[in-house]
Amino acid sequence: MDADTLHPWGHPRGMGETPPHPYAPRPCVVESRTQETADTVTLRLAGRTNGDRFPFRGGQFNMVYVFGVGESAISISGDPARPEELVHTVRAVGKVTNALAALEPGATVGIRGPYGRGWPLDSARGRDVVIVAGGLGLPPLRPMLYELFRHREAFGRVEIIYGARTPKDLVYYDEVQTWRQRTDLRIQTTVDAAGREWYGDVGVVTTRIPDARFDAPNTSAFVCGPEIMMKLTAQALVQRGVPPEATWLSMERNMKCALGFCGHCQYGPSFVCRDGPVLPYRVLAPLLAVKEV
Amino acid sequence: MSATSSEAIADRAMGHPFFVGIDPTLIHAMLVNAEERTYEVGQMIVREGRPAEEFFLVFEGKIALEVGSAGETGITVETIGRGEILGWSWLVSPHRWRFDARATKPTSVIVINAAAARYALAAHPAFGYGFLMKLLPVIAERLENTRVQLLDIHGR
Repeated sequence: MDADTLHPWGHPRGMGETPPHPYAPRPCVVESRTQETADTVTLRLAGRTNGDRFPFRGGQFNMVYVFGVGESAISISGDPARPEELVHTVRAVGKVTNALAALEPGATVGIRGPYGRGWPLDSARGRDVVIVAGGLGLPPLRPMLYELFRHREAFGRVEIIYGARTPKDLVYYDEVQTWRQRTDLRIQTTVDAAGREWYGDVGVVTTRIPDARFDAPNTSAFVCGPEIMMKLTAQALVQRGVPPEATWLSMERNMKCALGFCGHCQYGPSFVCRDGPVLPYRVLAPLLAVKEV
Repeated sequence: MSATSSEAIADRAMGHPFFVGIDPTLIHAMLVNAEERTYEVGQMIVREGRPAEEFFLVFEGKIALEVGSAGETGITVETIGRGEILGWSWLVSPHRWRFDARATKPTSVIVINAAAARYALAAHPAFGYGFLMKLLPVIAERLENTRVQLLDIHGR
């Protein structure tokens, strides 16, 4: 049974049970906590009963509720093939995310979701794939990478470009090192500044695009990171010949209801929670040029 | 340096992306006293404040541009790799390096004598203009990259 035939909370659709209130969070327990960087942690969550499932697609997000503090939209960063656990990587930047990052195993949080449209990886079958992550843009891309690795033969060349502020700000460092061992993809990692312990590239992610190996017209690009990084990266990709309709960005806005009702996340004609967060650059390009949106 | 090795250097230099489209006459004039050189990982290539008497066509490897003050290890602010050039301080008075450059991978370069290059540019102004029109986009691109870096686009 896949994500289409399951209710997002894991129940089979149409079984006649009273549907849960759309704002009611589902309690989950923190199974483990991994400190990724000084301000970023990865939480592994599980349901409170055996057999709980959390099916999702790469690029979707959950509303994560710290009881008594508040709720925040967090991308799902685990493996879609492991619906028995939820993985969220969180940077402590606000009240809710600071509370989340401080949670220890055994703590309970509330989950609503999954929400939004994820990465359209199927549209890239038979094409080269370029994945560009900036800062904390890698966690929302990781579920899609797992899918891509599982069906690697369905895609052409795969190029991953990952940029961070400094080497200490790179998340999933050990896992990225294991990806680097693969012979069927190429990874470029770059940082804004580094000491002598760093032997990789220094410069923003856009500087690595000319050196990336892909057949631009036959390439699909998936980009996630701060908005200014995505804008500049998409421009560089399109300038190299990647079609705007095959260049996908994951937008971040102030999500509240996550159901397409409240309008907090409105971005031009779209509600990011419902129509996104993943949207094509063809649609986003005019909006990214408007500072007031 | 033997005539044969000079020819070999010229042939290799003309295959470098920076020299594509530049008149071979100028390239030959610039390559007087040029030599091939390799650097091991960690080896310094240029040092801040020293006279900029050379510039470099990079064929392989990676070079870190570092800034720092006395007593501190350098902070890398940019890396340069295959197909790129290192240095324009040799063209800009007072002709002194403004940064350290250190190999972070085994690096292979052609080193061009700055005095010979400046003489060639002055002696062949039309060719010199073509050369500067190749150099200007490199400078502009690095300026643009630096501006983007200042936006802290990875850290927001």
